[in-house]
Amino acid sequence: MKLDNLAALNAERDARRPAILVTDTADGSQRLVREAEFAADPLAEVFRERLLSGNSGLVEIDGRSLFLTVQVPPVRLLVIGAVHISQALCPMAEALELDVTVIDPRTAFATPERFPDVALLAEWPDDAFARIGTLDRYTALAALTHDPKIDDPSLIAALNADCFYVGALGSRKSHARRLERLGEAGLSPEATARIHGPIGLDIGAITPAEIAVSILAEVVATLRRDRIKGRTAGKPADCLRHDLDA
Amino acid sequence: MLATDQTILREAETWRRAGRSVALATVIETWGSAPRPVGSHLVIERDGNFLGSVSGGCVEGDVIAESLDVIEDGRARVLEFGVADETAWRAGLSCGGRIRVYVERID
Repeated sequence: MKLDNLAALNAERDARRPAILVTDTADGSQRLVREAEFAADPLAEVFRERLLSGNSGLVEIDGRSLFLTVQVPPVRLLVIGAVHISQALCPMAEALELDVTVIDPRTAFATPERFPDVALLAEWPDDAFARIGTLDRYTALAALTHDPKIDDPSLIAALNADCFYVGALGSRKSHARRLERLGEAGLSPEATARIHGPIGLDIGAITPAEIAVSILAEVVATLRRDRIKGRTAGKPADCLRHDLDA
Repeated sequence: MLATDQTILREAETWRRAGRSVALATVIETWGSAPRPVGSHLVIERDGNFLGSVSGGCVEGDVIAESLDVIEDGRARVLEFGVADETAWRAGLSCGGRIRVYVERID
Protein backbone atom coordinates (compact mmCIF):
# COMPACT_ATOMS: atom_id res chain seq x y z
CA MET A 1 0.00 0.00 0.00
CA LYS A 2 1.23 3.45 -0.82
CA LEU A 3 1.89 5.56 2.25
CA ASP A 4 -0.26 8.27 0.64
CA ASN A 5 -3.28 5.96 0.63
CA LEU A 6 -2.68 4.91 4.22
CA ALA A 7 -2.34 8.55 5.32
CA ALA A 8 -5.51 9.47 3.43
CA LEU A 9 -7.45 6.64 5.12
CA ASN A 10 -6.32 7.91 8.52
CA ALA A 11 -7.18 11.51 7.60
CA GLU A 12 -10.68 10.56 6.45
CA ARG A 13 -11.29 8.71 9.70
CA ASP A 14 -10.16 11.75 11.71
CA ALA A 15 -12.62 13.86 9.73
CA ARG A 16 -15.41 11.32 10.44
CA ARG A 17 -15.95 10.67 6.72
CA PRO A 18 -16.38 7.16 5.30
CA ALA A 19 -13.81 5.92 2.76
CA ILE A 20 -13.17 2.70 0.84
CA LEU A 21 -9.82 1.30 -0.28
CA VAL A 22 -10.10 -1.00 -3.32
CA THR A 23 -7.28 -3.55 -3.62
CA ASP A 24 -6.80 -5.94 -6.54
CA THR A 25 -5.49 -8.98 -4.67
CA ALA A 26 -3.88 -10.41 -7.83
CA ASP A 27 -1.62 -7.51 -8.80
CA GLY A 28 -1.69 -5.36 -5.65
CA SER A 29 -3.01 -2.26 -7.43
CA GLN A 30 -5.03 0.02 -5.19
CA ARG A 31 -7.21 3.09 -5.21
CA LEU A 32 -8.80 5.06 -2.41
CA VAL A 33 -12.36 6.30 -2.89
CA ARG A 34 -13.59 9.15 -0.71
CA GLU A 35 -17.17 9.90 0.27
CA ALA A 36 -17.62 12.61 -2.36
CA GLU A 37 -16.55 10.15 -5.09
CA PHE A 38 -18.78 7.20 -4.12
CA ALA A 39 -21.79 8.05 -6.27
CA ALA A 40 -19.87 8.50 -9.55
CA ASP A 41 -17.73 5.39 -9.10
CA PRO A 42 -18.29 2.32 -11.34
CA LEU A 43 -18.65 0.31 -8.11
CA ALA A 44 -21.19 2.75 -6.63
CA GLU A 45 -23.84 0.10 -6.01
CA VAL A 46 -21.38 -2.25 -4.29
CA PHE A 47 -20.08 0.65 -2.20
CA ARG A 48 -23.58 1.57 -1.08
CA GLU A 49 -24.25 -1.92 0.29
CA ARG A 50 -20.86 -2.10 1.95
CA LEU A 51 -21.24 1.27 3.63
CA LEU A 52 -24.59 0.24 5.04
CA SER A 53 -23.17 -2.89 6.63
CA GLY A 54 -19.82 -1.30 7.50
CA ASN A 55 -18.17 -4.60 6.56
CA SER A 56 -14.99 -5.01 4.53
CA GLY A 57 -14.89 -7.89 2.06
CA LEU A 58 -14.01 -9.42 -1.31
CA VAL A 59 -16.02 -8.78 -4.46
CA GLU A 60 -15.59 -10.40 -7.88
CA ILE A 61 -15.75 -7.81 -10.66
CA ASP A 62 -15.05 -8.81 -14.28
CA GLY A 63 -13.08 -11.84 -13.16
CA ARG A 64 -10.95 -9.79 -10.80
CA SER A 65 -10.91 -10.37 -7.07
CA LEU A 66 -11.12 -7.00 -5.34
CA PHE A 67 -10.86 -6.50 -1.60
CA LEU A 68 -12.78 -3.53 -0.23
CA THR A 69 -11.44 -2.07 3.00
CA VAL A 70 -14.53 -0.29 4.26
CA GLN A 71 -13.87 2.40 6.80
CA VAL A 72 -16.83 4.04 8.48
CA PRO A 73 -16.36 6.69 11.18
CA PRO A 74 -15.75 5.51 14.74
CA VAL A 75 -18.95 5.37 16.76
CA ARG A 76 -19.27 8.36 19.05
CA LEU A 77 -21.28 8.46 22.28
CA LEU A 78 -22.34 11.81 23.68
CA VAL A 79 -23.35 11.61 27.33
CA ILE A 80 -25.45 14.55 28.46
CA GLY A 81 -25.02 14.89 32.21
CA ALA A 82 -21.88 14.46 34.31
CA VAL A 83 -23.89 12.39 36.76
CA HIS A 84 -23.29 9.27 38.85
CA ILE A 85 -24.47 6.92 36.09
CA SER A 86 -22.10 8.64 33.64
CA GLN A 87 -19.18 7.99 35.96
CA ALA A 88 -19.97 4.27 35.84
CA LEU A 89 -20.68 4.37 32.11
CA CYS A 90 -17.53 6.08 30.80
CA PRO A 91 -14.98 3.31 31.48
CA MET A 92 -17.39 0.69 30.10
CA ALA A 93 -17.97 2.73 26.95
CA GLU A 94 -14.23 3.04 26.50
CA ALA A 95 -13.87 -0.74 26.70
CA LEU A 96 -16.44 -0.94 23.90
CA GLU A 97 -14.21 1.42 21.87
CA LEU A 98 -16.85 4.12 21.77
CA ASP A 99 -15.54 7.64 21.39
CA VAL A 100 -17.12 9.21 24.51
CA THR A 101 -17.70 12.86 25.39
CA VAL A 102 -19.51 13.99 28.55
CA ILE A 103 -21.37 17.29 28.37
CA ASP A 104 -22.86 19.18 31.34
CA PRO A 105 -23.07 22.96 31.83
CA ARG A 106 -23.17 22.51 35.61
CA THR A 107 -19.54 23.07 36.54
CA ALA A 108 -20.00 21.42 39.94
CA PHE A 109 -20.75 18.14 38.13
CA ALA A 110 -18.42 18.40 35.15
CA THR A 111 -15.08 18.21 36.95
CA PRO A 112 -11.94 16.32 35.91
CA GLU A 113 -11.81 14.84 39.42
CA ARG A 114 -15.14 13.13 38.84
CA PHE A 115 -14.22 12.19 35.24
CA PRO A 116 -10.51 11.45 34.98
CA ASP A 117 -9.30 10.72 31.43
CA VAL A 118 -12.69 11.49 29.88
CA ALA A 119 -13.39 14.15 27.25
CA LEU A 120 -15.50 16.56 29.28
CA LEU A 121 -17.21 19.77 28.20
CA ALA A 122 -18.71 22.02 30.91
CA GLU A 123 -21.01 23.74 28.43
CA TRP A 124 -24.60 23.81 27.29
CA PRO A 125 -25.26 21.03 24.74
CA ASP A 126 -25.69 23.32 21.72
CA ASP A 127 -22.40 25.10 22.47
CA ALA A 128 -20.66 21.76 23.00
CA PHE A 129 -22.04 20.35 19.72
CA ALA A 130 -20.78 23.41 17.85
CA ARG A 131 -17.34 22.77 19.30
CA ILE A 132 -17.08 19.03 18.61
CA GLY A 133 -18.51 19.19 15.10
CA THR A 134 -21.61 17.97 13.37
CA LEU A 135 -23.63 15.22 14.95
CA ASP A 136 -24.12 12.40 12.44
CA ARG A 137 -25.60 8.95 11.96
CA TYR A 138 -22.51 7.40 13.57
CA THR A 139 -23.31 9.23 16.82
CA ALA A 140 -25.30 8.00 19.83
CA LEU A 141 -26.66 10.37 22.46
CA ALA A 142 -27.77 9.53 25.99
CA ALA A 143 -29.51 12.32 27.93
CA LEU A 144 -29.07 11.62 31.64
CA THR A 145 -29.52 14.91 33.57
CA HIS A 146 -33.26 14.67 34.38
CA ASP A 147 -33.27 18.43 33.66
CA PRO A 148 -35.36 19.42 30.61
CA LYS A 149 -33.34 22.62 30.18
CA ILE A 150 -30.29 20.49 29.44
CA ASP A 151 -31.76 17.24 28.08
CA ASP A 152 -34.39 18.61 25.66
CA PRO A 153 -32.10 20.72 23.41
CA SER A 154 -29.68 17.82 23.14
CA LEU A 155 -32.45 15.39 22.18
CA ILE A 156 -33.76 17.79 19.53
CA ALA A 157 -30.29 18.20 18.05
CA ALA A 158 -29.69 14.43 18.04
CA LEU A 159 -33.00 13.64 16.33
CA ASN A 160 -32.49 16.34 13.71
CA ALA A 161 -29.01 14.99 12.96
CA ASP A 162 -30.36 11.42 12.57
CA CYS A 163 -28.12 10.04 15.31
CA PHE A 164 -28.42 6.24 15.23
CA TYR A 165 -29.29 6.09 18.92
CA VAL A 166 -31.08 8.63 21.08
CA GLY A 167 -31.97 7.73 24.66
CA ALA A 168 -33.30 9.66 27.64
CA LEU A 169 -33.26 8.78 31.33
CA GLY A 170 -36.51 9.08 33.28
CA SER A 171 -39.63 7.23 34.29
CA ARG A 172 -42.48 6.49 31.89
CA LYS A 173 -44.35 9.40 33.41
CA SER A 174 -41.53 11.88 32.93
CA HIS A 175 -40.93 10.49 29.44
CA ALA A 176 -44.57 11.16 28.54
CA ARG A 177 -44.16 14.77 29.70
CA ARG A 178 -40.95 14.99 27.68
CA LEU A 179 -42.74 13.82 24.52
CA GLU A 180 -45.36 16.53 25.06
CA ARG A 181 -42.69 19.22 25.41
CA LEU A 182 -40.81 18.05 22.32
CA GLY A 183 -44.08 17.97 20.36
CA GLU A 184 -44.72 21.57 21.37
CA ALA A 185 -41.18 22.39 20.25
CA GLY A 186 -42.10 21.22 16.74
CA LEU A 187 -40.90 17.61 16.60
CA SER A 188 -43.15 15.10 14.88
CA PRO A 189 -44.42 11.99 16.71
CA GLU A 190 -42.36 9.88 14.24
CA ALA A 191 -39.23 11.72 15.31
CA THR A 192 -39.84 11.52 19.06
CA ALA A 193 -40.75 7.84 18.74
CA ARG A 194 -37.07 7.24 17.98
CA ILE A 195 -36.15 8.23 21.55
CA HIS A 196 -35.41 5.22 23.73
CA GLY A 197 -37.23 6.16 26.92
CA PRO A 198 -37.06 5.05 29.62
CA ILE A 199 -33.46 4.54 28.52
CA GLY A 200 -31.73 1.14 28.45
CA LEU A 201 -32.66 -2.50 28.02
CA ASP A 202 -34.97 -3.78 30.73
CA ILE A 203 -32.60 -5.91 32.81
CA GLY A 204 -33.96 -4.76 36.16
CA ALA A 205 -30.96 -2.48 36.65
CA ILE A 206 -30.72 -0.75 40.04
CA THR A 207 -27.17 0.51 40.65
CA PRO A 208 -25.49 3.16 38.46
CA ALA A 209 -23.20 0.49 36.98
CA GLU A 210 -26.14 -1.76 36.15
CA ILE A 211 -27.99 1.12 34.52
CA ALA A 212 -24.82 1.87 32.53
CA VAL A 213 -24.76 -1.75 31.33
CA SER A 214 -28.41 -1.56 30.26
CA ILE A 215 -27.79 1.71 28.36
CA LEU A 216 -24.68 0.43 26.59
CA ALA A 217 -26.36 -2.88 25.74
CA GLU A 218 -29.14 -0.91 24.08
CA VAL A 219 -26.64 1.23 22.16
CA VAL A 220 -24.82 -1.89 20.90
CA ALA A 221 -28.08 -3.63 19.99
CA THR A 222 -29.21 -0.59 17.99
CA LEU A 223 -25.85 -0.24 16.28
CA ARG A 224 -25.50 -3.89 15.28
CA ARG A 225 -29.09 -4.47 14.28
CA ASP A 226 -29.17 -1.27 12.27
CA ARG A 227 -26.02 -2.25 10.47
CA ILE A 228 -27.28 -5.76 9.77
CA LYS A 229 -30.51 -4.45 8.39
CA GLY A 230 -28.67 -1.68 6.56
CA ARG A 231 -30.72 1.06 8.10
CA THR A 232 -28.02 3.43 9.29
CA ALA A 233 -27.64 5.39 6.08
CA GLY A 234 -29.79 7.05 3.51
CA LYS A 235 -32.51 8.25 5.82
CA PRO A 236 -33.47 11.88 5.45
CA ALA A 237 -32.83 13.99 8.51
CA ASP A 238 -36.08 15.91 8.23
CA CYS A 239 -37.34 15.05 11.67
CA LEU A 240 -38.58 18.57 12.33
CA ARG A 241 -42.20 18.98 11.43
CA HIS A 242 -42.64 21.84 9.02
CA ASP A 243 -46.18 23.07 9.40
CA LEU A 244 -46.57 24.92 6.15
CA ASP A 245 -50.17 25.82 6.80
CA ALA A 246 -49.54 27.01 10.36
CA MET B 1 -2.81 -1.06 25.29
CA LEU B 2 -5.36 -3.05 23.35
CA ALA B 3 -4.92 -2.18 19.67
CA THR B 4 -8.06 -1.71 17.61
CA ASP B 5 -8.10 -1.89 13.82
CA GLN B 6 -8.31 1.90 13.82
CA THR B 7 -5.24 2.48 15.95
CA ILE B 8 -3.35 -0.14 13.93
CA LEU B 9 -3.59 1.81 10.67
CA ARG B 10 -2.47 4.94 12.48
CA GLU B 11 0.47 3.10 13.99
CA ALA B 12 1.38 1.68 10.56
CA GLU B 13 1.57 5.24 9.22
CA THR B 14 3.60 6.44 12.22
CA TRP B 15 6.09 3.57 11.92
CA ARG B 16 6.55 4.12 8.18
CA ARG B 17 7.02 7.86 8.58
CA ALA B 18 9.68 7.13 11.19
CA GLY B 19 11.58 5.33 8.42
CA ARG B 20 10.80 1.79 9.54
CA SER B 21 10.03 -1.02 7.06
CA VAL B 22 6.42 -2.02 7.54
CA ALA B 23 4.00 -4.66 6.22
CA LEU B 24 0.25 -4.74 6.69
CA ALA B 25 -1.69 -8.02 6.89
CA THR B 26 -5.46 -8.01 6.42
CA VAL B 27 -7.98 -10.84 6.78
CA ILE B 28 -9.73 -10.85 3.39
CA GLU B 29 -11.85 -14.00 3.63
CA THR B 30 -13.04 -16.43 6.30
CA TRP B 31 -14.90 -19.76 6.22
CA GLY B 32 -16.54 -21.49 9.12
CA SER B 33 -15.70 -20.36 12.60
CA ALA B 34 -12.83 -17.92 12.30
CA PRO B 35 -11.51 -16.02 15.30
CA ARG B 36 -11.13 -12.58 13.69
CA PRO B 37 -13.53 -10.98 11.21
CA VAL B 38 -12.77 -9.94 7.64
CA GLY B 39 -10.95 -6.59 7.64
CA SER B 40 -8.90 -7.32 10.79
CA HIS B 41 -5.34 -6.04 10.57
CA LEU B 42 -1.90 -6.96 11.80
CA VAL B 43 0.94 -4.51 11.24
CA ILE B 44 4.50 -5.81 11.30
CA GLU B 45 7.86 -4.07 11.12
CA ARG B 46 11.21 -5.50 10.07
CA ASP B 47 12.47 -5.98 13.63
CA GLY B 48 9.50 -8.24 14.30
CA ASN B 49 7.42 -5.80 16.35
CA PHE B 50 3.75 -6.22 15.59
CA LEU B 51 0.38 -4.83 16.59
CA GLY B 52 -3.11 -6.22 16.14
CA SER B 53 -4.34 -9.69 15.29
CA VAL B 54 -5.57 -11.67 12.30
CA SER B 55 -6.40 -14.92 14.10
CA GLY B 56 -6.41 -14.38 17.83
CA GLY B 57 -2.92 -15.84 18.02
CA CYS B 58 -3.20 -19.13 16.04
CA VAL B 59 -1.26 -18.22 12.91
CA GLU B 60 0.35 -14.90 13.81
CA GLY B 61 3.81 -16.48 13.84
CA ASP B 62 3.52 -17.62 10.22
CA VAL B 63 1.97 -14.33 9.09
CA ILE B 64 4.83 -12.42 10.68
CA ALA B 65 7.43 -14.68 9.03
CA GLU B 66 5.79 -14.22 5.60
CA SER B 67 5.50 -10.48 6.24
CA LEU B 68 9.24 -10.21 6.66
CA ASP B 69 9.61 -11.75 3.16
CA VAL B 70 7.09 -9.22 1.81
CA ILE B 71 9.09 -6.41 3.41
CA GLU B 72 12.18 -7.76 1.61
CA ASP B 73 10.82 -8.28 -1.91
CA GLY B 74 7.89 -5.83 -1.88
CA ARG B 75 5.58 -8.36 -3.55
CA ALA B 76 2.10 -8.51 -2.00
CA ARG B 77 0.69 -12.01 -1.51
CA VAL B 78 -2.30 -13.95 -0.24
CA LEU B 79 -1.79 -16.52 2.53
CA GLU B 80 -4.27 -19.21 3.42
CA PHE B 81 -4.59 -21.03 6.74
CA GLY B 82 -6.89 -23.77 7.95
CA VAL B 83 -7.06 -27.17 9.54
CA ALA B 84 -6.83 -28.77 6.11
CA ASP B 85 -3.28 -27.50 5.77
CA GLU B 86 -0.44 -29.92 6.21
CA THR B 87 0.89 -27.42 8.68
CA ALA B 88 -2.25 -27.76 10.75
CA TRP B 89 -0.47 -28.49 13.97
CA ARG B 90 2.17 -25.90 13.45
CA ALA B 91 -0.02 -23.11 12.24
CA GLY B 92 -3.61 -24.16 12.00
CA LEU B 93 -6.82 -22.84 13.34
CA SER B 94 -7.92 -25.01 16.21
CA CYS B 95 -11.45 -23.66 15.78
CA GLY B 96 -11.76 -25.54 12.46
CA GLY B 97 -12.15 -22.43 10.36
CA ARG B 98 -10.11 -21.23 7.38
CA ILE B 99 -8.85 -17.75 6.66
CA ARG B 100 -7.10 -15.94 3.82
CA VAL B 101 -4.78 -13.09 4.65
CA TYR B 102 -3.48 -10.42 2.25
CA VAL B 103 0.00 -9.14 3.11
CA GLU B 104 1.43 -5.99 1.54
CA ARG B 105 4.33 -3.68 2.13
CA ILE B 106 3.74 0.00 2.97
CA ASP B 107 5.75 1.91 0.37
